[in-house]
Amino acid sequence: MATVTSDNRGLRLAARYLSLVLVSLIFLFPLVFMVVSSLKPDHQLLADTSSIRAFLPVGDISLDNYVNAFERAPIGRFMLNSVFVTVVTVTASIALCSLAAFSFVFLEWTGRNVLLSVIVATLIIPFETIAVPLLLFVSKLPWIGLEGLEIGWLNTYRVQIIPWMVDALTVFLFVQFFKDLPRELIEAARVEGASWMLIYRKIVMPLSGPVIATAAILKSLVMYNNQYLWPLIVVQDEAHRPVMVGLGYFFQLQIAWGEVMAYLTLISVPVIAFYLVLQRAFISSIASTGVKG
Amino acid sequence: MKPTKTLLGALAASTMLAGAAAAQTELTMWYHGAGNEVESRVLNTIIEDFNAGQSDWTVSVESFPQQSYNDSVVAAALAGNLPCILDIDGPVMPNWAWAGYLQPLPISEEAIDGHLESTIGRWNGEIYSVGLWDAAVALYTRQSTLDELGLRTPTLEEPWSKDEFMAALEAAKASGEYDYALDLGTAWTGEWYPYAYSPFLQSFGGDIVDRSSYTTAEGALNSDAALEFGEWWQSLFEEGYAPGTSQDPADRDNGFNEGRYAFSWNGNWAAAATLEAGVDDVVFLPAPDLGNGPIIGAGSWQFGVSSECAHPEGAAAFVEHALQDEYLAAFSDGIGLIPATREAAQMTENYADGGKLAVFFDLSSEQSLVRPVTPGYVVAAKVFEKALADIANGADVADTLDAAVDEIDRDIEANQGYGH
Amino acid sequence: MSSKLTRSNRAGWLFALPGFSLLFLFIIVPFFFAFYLSLTNQRLVSPNPTEFVGLENYSNLLSLAVVTLEPERDEAGEIVRDEDGEIAYPRVRSITRSDDYPQYRGMGEWFRWHWGDDAKVVIASDVLFMKALVNTLAFALFIVPLQGGGALLLALLINQKLRGINAFRTIYFLPVVISIVVISLLWRFIYSGNDGLLNNILEALTFGAFTPIDWLGRTDTALGSIIVMSAWQGMGFHMVIWLAGLQSIPGTLYEAAAIEGASKWQTFRYVTWPGLRNTAVLVLIVITMQSFAVFAQVDVMTNGGPLDATQTLVFQTVERGYGKQDISGGATISVILFLMVLSISAVQGYLTRERR
Repeated sequence: MATVTSDNRGLRLAARYLSLVLVSLIFLFPLVFMVVSSLKPDHQLLADTSSIRAFLPVGDISLDNYVNAFERAPIGRFMLNSVFVTVVTVTASIALCSLAAFSFVFLEWTGRNVLLSVIVATLIIPFETIAVPLLLFVSKLPWIGLEGLEIGWLNTYRVQIIPWMVDALTVFLFVQFFKDLPRELIEAARVEGASWMLIYRKIVMPLSGPVIATAAILKSLVMYNNQYLWPLIVVQDEAHRPVMVGLGYFFQLQIAWGEVMAYLTLISVPVIAFYLVLQRAFISSIASTGVKG
Repeated sequence: MKPTKTLLGALAASTMLAGAAAAQTELTMWYHGAGNEVESRVLNTIIEDFNAGQSDWTVSVESFPQQSYNDSVVAAALAGNLPCILDIDGPVMPNWAWAGYLQPLPISEEAIDGHLESTIGRWNGEIYSVGLWDAAVALYTRQSTLDELGLRTPTLEEPWSKDEFMAALEAAKASGEYDYALDLGTAWTGEWYPYAYSPFLQSFGGDIVDRSSYTTAEGALNSDAALEFGEWWQSLFEEGYAPGTSQDPADRDNGFNEGRYAFSWNGNWAAAATLEAGVDDVVFLPAPDLGNGPIIGAGSWQFGVSSECAHPEGAAAFVEHALQDEYLAAFSDGIGLIPATREAAQMTENYADGGKLAVFFDLSSEQSLVRPVTPGYVVAAKVFEKALADIANGADVADTLDAAVDEIDRDIEANQGYGH
Repeated sequence: MSSKLTRSNRAGWLFALPGFSLLFLFIIVPFFFAFYLSLTNQRLVSPNPTEFVGLENYSNLLSLAVVTLEPERDEAGEIVRDEDGEIAYPRVRSITRSDDYPQYRGMGEWFRWHWGDDAKVVIASDVLFMKALVNTLAFALFIVPLQGGGALLLALLINQKLRGINAFRTIYFLPVVISIVVISLLWRFIYSGNDGLLNNILEALTFGAFTPIDWLGRTDTALGSIIVMSAWQGMGFHMVIWLAGLQSIPGTLYEAAAIEGASKWQTFRYVTWPGLRNTAVLVLIVITMQSFAVFAQVDVMTNGGPLDATQTLVFQTVERGYGKQDISGGATISVILFLMVLSISAVQGYLTRERR
């Protein structure tokens, strides 16, 4: 009976995939360009930019750029630094921001609205404008570590982590998503005498898979990709440098574009991997939140 | 038993290390060459030789990417975290000396005897920094280009006049064989603009600031000569002789080598790449005389002592050590810069008499003029850069230069004259 | 909405405090310091003592005046015209650099219009700031619908049950993963004027009828080029936010809509869109904030040019504060930016307030 319908369905499916693929091209081409270029010697790379060859691994293909890039800069060290700073900051950020957002959405207390407005207002402050005051501040901050009391946070991991642990965007993200959670669930638990901490841990957080994944992805991008100005001014030793500062190693007077592309390809790997892993968590957690509504 | 032994051994070893460290005082040093392997290797050799050759000091180096080096130093100064020995870009030195980042370099006059004057950083009558090399800019072209266009080869004694220069550009343009006649390097934003282009202004008879007082740009950057320069500068782009400010950096790096530009205004550091690219008949021409003599910029990276350094004499000992001709030559062979002395130049592959780049040494000693020696230079340079970019893009010359003068003068006033 | 069940001062403060105190210490305190700087003449690099200057930095940025230029007249009193018949006016510098008008000293022309034979010229003490302000507003105005709308379309496209949809989702997200600095470098190749990729593609598509454009080198295309690239780069970011919102809409609502026989548009209009309200507010606010902070693209691609066509407020903040060592001037711009965006988000907040 359904030859026509199934044909139709097949056509529709094909059309859907076609649109998906076409849109993919728009988003993929600079990255293909980056990866393909990382395999080419500089003169060919630049000559190819004006034609379709820019996207094809043709001509003189080799891994030389990668070998040279590793010789030029301690790439492993930079990536390790960035991954460490990112993981610690993101973990702390999820915990602290969700806790605060929980309090803003589900609890009522004096000063709540004022505090929330202040937090949202800080969303507007571009980091560039507070960098110098913050530098002066952290250079005088005390710290109690294994070696006892020390003054000044420069040239450490903590100076790259602690100031970034809480940001308005993450708080705001949690607030907006918590607003959609069913309040009845919380009130019911409250009636049964559950403590706020228990409700946060056992009810709200398990329901928040999608927003946790979203927040973690977005925060990790900021921490991994956009940390340039701050580490530049607070980290003066190579041992603590993150990947974006490391990019500067490749911008000599005569820019070695092939090595730049190789470096960029390499440092993109952890973020993409992180995204893929979280995406899985993201999908499964959505499946488990069928209770909503 | 065994763990104790190991522990004791470790203790003994650490005491010995501590003992060695006590004998040699550590001097920290910052350098702008992170990512440049050859440069790092030469520098490390100098440092190892120094550390091994005497028992008072050990120098330890931390390298930074060049593009952000100055920001790192300013940040460290604000936070009170400067190292002992600093690497300083020549024209920035007065700014840092005036701000108290630096102390005078206690170096003997003999140590710098015979050095190119532009490698010695003087401010307020004191030596603050000394460089191992200088850089120079020349007009790159091919001998074949000159022959085909029927152009006279200019010399240091007899450079091209403005008319000859413009005729050369017109001939190159008319030949139709090039994308552009002249590659000025407008893709390189930042210090390149004042370094490479303010000499044109000076060759017209203007300047970025009035060097007689250093307290105003009025009458220098908007003088009649400067207006004339501005009109000329604008014409280079309007007449299609040179690519504009949106030039692709890759074109800057390779356009001349690939034969797409007839002439290229470029530094000696790019010469190695040009030779490598197989441009065998490349010639390096001196700057044209635009009316007030042929001029190129001068002043490159130099070593100085920070004000936070407790042992300036140690720093000076290191700098004197580094100034030996063999090191100057090693740096030059490694990264293509012009050695600071004639003796060192003779020891190099490219700058010895008859070397491929020997002409640059003469350019540097004959034509060069340092950028204005004032703490205000850092800001004036930025203003100058923007003014030139705007004029290149078609802004009104007189208005743009007036606005630049206003801004520079406001800055000088806000800094209470920068100590002049 | 107050309920005894949810009222708890102790727990409320306890939960919010760890996060808030970090934010306070590392963002709010430094920002107040920046505000203080805007009232002084502090330099980034200087041995001179800091002085309190009140609102001088603000008036240096914001002062405007209108001057009237009367046409040049020849001896007969006739208006002088150039070859094209345009009226010739005296130069603005005859006023701003004249000792007769000390109040206009150092000001420059922002824009002008004609009033009869006269020209009215708006002069500003800081033309650059004014241009940066206008560009920043334009950037925000265009990128909000472009990026937010594009991201919603992507999210809808990707929110279907299809084999391999995850791969597409990842692809759309990829540009976000790459740092904006890197993206800007790559797009310089794409926008390049002579033989750039974009020009080549357009030439191929139009069979050579298209004349190559120097996208970043022209005053009329530079800002637009940066907007398109920025929207493209961030779209995946907002797609993820939209998606999280889409997937929090209960499936039962869609089933109900299907039973009612709703069309696709009706389903979107009456089920999807209302369910995305909080998400929409989030996306709107985030894009607005990000667009007011635009910096890296300009820094890498155009340096503010050509002829200030791509100057933005944060670019000027950095350019002044760090480049020109005028840290108090930079701080002043950021305070103005802060107040401006605060009022815009207050209006946005009012327009998107919960109607219950």
